[in-house]
Amino acid sequence: MSWRDHSRIPVSAVAAFAALAAALAVVALWTGRPAHANARDSANDALEYASPLEVLLSPDGARLYVLCQQSQEARVLDAASFAVIKDIPVGRVPRGFSLSTDGTRLFVTNSWDDTLSVIDTGTLTVTATWPVGAEPSSVVEDRAGKRLFVANRISNDIAVLDARTGAEEKRLLAGRGSSYLTLSPDGSRIYATHIYPNPPPRRTGLENRTAPESEITLIDAARAVVAERIPLDAIAGVFHVAFSADGRLGVAAELHPKNLVPLAHLEHGGAFADTLTLFGTDVGKPVEVPLDELERYASQPFGVAIAPDKSRIYVTSGGSEIVTVVDVPRLLRFIHAHSGPFAQDLSASANYVVTRIPVGRNPRGVALSRDGHRLYVANRLDDTISVIDTRTNRVASTIALAGPKTISVLRRGEQTFYTARYGFQGQIGCSSCHIDSTFDGLTWDLEPDGFGRDIVDNKMLEGVKDTEPYKWNGGNPNLPTECGPRTEKYFWRSEQFDNRTLADLTVYIRNLPTRPNRWKLPEGEMTPAQERGKAVFERAVDKFGTPIPEANRCSFCHSGPKGTNQKLFDVGTRKTTDNSGLLKSAPLTEIALTAPYLHDGSARTLEEIWTVYNPGDKHGRTNDLTKDELNDLIEYLRTR
Amino acid sequence: MKKSCLIALLLAAFAEFAAPQAPAPPPMPVFHFENFTTANGLPDNHVYSVLVDGERVWAGTENGLAVYENRAWKTYTAKDGLAHRAVLSLALDKRTGDVWAGTMGGLSRVSGGRIDTYTQLNSGLSNDVVYGVSVEGENVWVATAAGGCRLNTRTGQWSLYNERNTPMAEIWTYAVSATPTKVYYAVWGSGVLEYDQNTGRWDKYDDPDGETEMVLFKDQGLIHEITTSVSYVDNIVWVATYFGDSRYDGRYWHNFLTKDSGLPSNFTNVVKGVDANRAWFGTDKGLAYYDGVNWAVYRPSLKDGKPEMTVRDAQGKVTPVAVSTAPAHNYVLGIDFQGDDIWVATAKGLTHGIRQQR
Repeated sequence: MSWRDHSRIPVSAVAAFAALAAALAVVALWTGRPAHANARDSANDALEYASPLEVLLSPDGARLYVLCQQSQEARVLDAASFAVIKDIPVGRVPRGFSLSTDGTRLFVTNSWDDTLSVIDTGTLTVTATWPVGAEPSSVVEDRAGKRLFVANRISNDIAVLDARTGAEEKRLLAGRGSSYLTLSPDGSRIYATHIYPNPPPRRTGLENRTAPESEITLIDAARAVVAERIPLDAIAGVFHVAFSADGRLGVAAELHPKNLVPLAHLEHGGAFADTLTLFGTDVGKPVEVPLDELERYASQPFGVAIAPDKSRIYVTSGGSEIVTVVDVPRLLRFIHAHSGPFAQDLSASANYVVTRIPVGRNPRGVALSRDGHRLYVANRLDDTISVIDTRTNRVASTIALAGPKTISVLRRGEQTFYTARYGFQGQIGCSSCHIDSTFDGLTWDLEPDGFGRDIVDNKMLEGVKDTEPYKWNGGNPNLPTECGPRTEKYFWRSEQFDNRTLADLTVYIRNLPTRPNRWKLPEGEMTPAQERGKAVFERAVDKFGTPIPEANRCSFCHSGPKGTNQKLFDVGTRKTTDNSGLLKSAPLTEIALTAPYLHDGSARTLEEIWTVYNPGDKHGRTNDLTKDELNDLIEYLRTR
Repeated sequence: MKKSCLIALLLAAFAEFAAPQAPAPPPMPVFHFENFTTANGLPDNHVYSVLVDGERVWAGTENGLAVYENRAWKTYTAKDGLAHRAVLSLALDKRTGDVWAGTMGGLSRVSGGRIDTYTQLNSGLSNDVVYGVSVEGENVWVATAAGGCRLNTRTGQWSLYNERNTPMAEIWTYAVSATPTKVYYAVWGSGVLEYDQNTGRWDKYDDPDGETEMVLFKDQGLIHEITTSVSYVDNIVWVATYFGDSRYDGRYWHNFLTKDSGLPSNFTNVVKGVDANRAWFGTDKGLAYYDGVNWAVYRPSLKDGKPEMTVRDAQGKVTPVAVSTAPAHNYVLGIDFQGDDIWVATAKGLTHGIRQQR
């Protein structure tokens, strides 16, 4: 991967890397252990693939708009011939797009620029770029064309903008990781989803062992306020929502993690249920239904569409690389005839899944033609669009988007990261837990440490390079071990990766770019609070003038550019279920985003690390601090 | 005969002049009061705060946050995520419709039925006892038992205000009134604190005589240091204390005491300004309204508990007005307006004052 202007690897680094890779290849041959990619592969690193993430059709069906995340373009194709009409550069890492009500404007959210590109669909030019919130991920216009709603993933809200000027009116509280927006067919409501679970509302001491909670946020489009929230129990990771044309059936694609039981249960039905939540008048009370079937999983559901005649639901599964076709009448009969819950019933989907259509790598967004006969699927990791004939449920054609034909190491690594083909029965892939190469906000009970032992918080992958050893207990000395034998044994249940695949995967993970930090001021400046917090972080003497032992200073364990000295410490957080109290000092990269905290996720917020879990000052000398000073420290940490 | 008739007419006219009929009291608002208690759906009769949100009315009680909508009460408790059962203060974000509730155990945000809670342990909130809350733009201003706080809802940053960075002598902040230009804190034992949003500077208003038992300098400053409530409206600061109340226009102070105003008690829990001239006062001896000249008091009679309304004119003349209803109790803790109607939180129930046309 090489996000434009952000993570392009310098030539010198490539050369150095090539030398290292060559050396490691020799080591690999000598030891039979996986090594990093070879020099030829790394030369491809700067390739800019299209990486189509979302697709949509113009109102007249003549044009197909393709949002290309890696080449950072909105591509405009003739929907009949697929000839390129124009490639329109937009901002960094675009994530969502939609057309205005009248079809004259195309809005694109540039998630790493915190901007919105406004494209005139007549001239196919960007006419405005508006600043919006932190990591805008989706946008819709209201039916009146007065307001735009933008889902901001990092600030966990939905910005309300003037649709003509882009001026921000207000922000509405959304779910954590606010990401996808859909306007209801009658235009009265906007349905918003989010990719990380909401924090547990109460501190119980067991909040890291309670089922995740998510929601669909319903916004009153006319008043631009939150009207209500549909709770999604035990869900963590909600993606697109679609409606039937009559508005009576809504469906959301989502992940149902089973993180409260040991992962050994992979053999007993999986670590996740890949599900849909159905809602609306046709359903009554919202119902969750699985897409999975034994040995035929629909890993990582993402895009969803409902046929105009409400006969079918189409769902992409990025990990399983399929489109699942659901018979709606049969589905409705099933849910009305049976009492749930169904989510973990692997026999349920046989009642309503018509077929599973293999498509390209990491299929994501979908669009249906107006007559419902053609379904367009964006295959993000092979730069293609699958065109499915919905009358035969077969891929009629696969459209290759312009871009590099060579598959780079990073690309192969990313494909490996996102696919579920290596997982036991194809249930999961790396990205099931590391959503969009990040984390999932959950704690898991991995079995190697014993059932119910060593509950661990899932960690952010960005910036993971050069922070070994890995695992909270530092048990894995390097990424090839972390991603190879460990993953194969406990997640895949068999040795699946060959040396090259593992090398590609680790190169991909090592080179994951780090998103812009929204708390940092330009030019390295700091706010007064951040300055004060930095002084607390670096202090060697406490407020009583007593020297703080080196190992008890923030800046000692969390030293260096990544905020870790890569050593193990006992910070007093050991639980009775932990096998050891020694933990690797956690990197601070993007620490503001990655709640919950501590090795087992028991601290819901950064504050709780010190207000609740540091009574003996073992996790740094902090109990002499006033509340203001602790707040300052946290303001500084957010800049890391 | 003619002469005697003329004399009689003159005498009659003189008599009319010498004994004029009592003038009608100034027209003050009259209400029909409907009271809510546990008997008709309120979770507790101790009501600390009330907030009008369009057609909905929120009541902060000792036993949960209740919302009245479509003629029915629904109650949120700690089980729903509320910070604490005792809800001391309420504020509405008019832009988003979110309700902020200050409780004895933290600050809660109620948004579309979801409750997020901020405490001194899980957030930058300085203290869990939240006496006051006020929303201004994207900032939520909080009055706690350990100073003031400001939460920027966009950035998530908390700013704390206490004796270390403001002229606050005590940190027991009891109420806050925030606007885009000025923010005022009522500090229990430390007068009124003013924050200028443009300059970022703090100023402080104290009782000029410094006396806790008497008022030496009437109308020369804040009436007392023990302030309980503050309301900033139309560039006027209204301040309540347990020893009388004050109005400040930025240059001149005016004090209100029972001895020279229509205030029913100097012990005032809450003041809410209507505009620059009019305000409502919640005391321990009834609900009072001041229209800039005249006063009206609404309460169950202190003698027999029967509904009572009195009007005091500019000359100090007190006239009873016949009424058939009164607020639920004389101990008034919260006030809010719903059009011409008024809602009143009292120690023994919530009251809806329905304005009557005269």
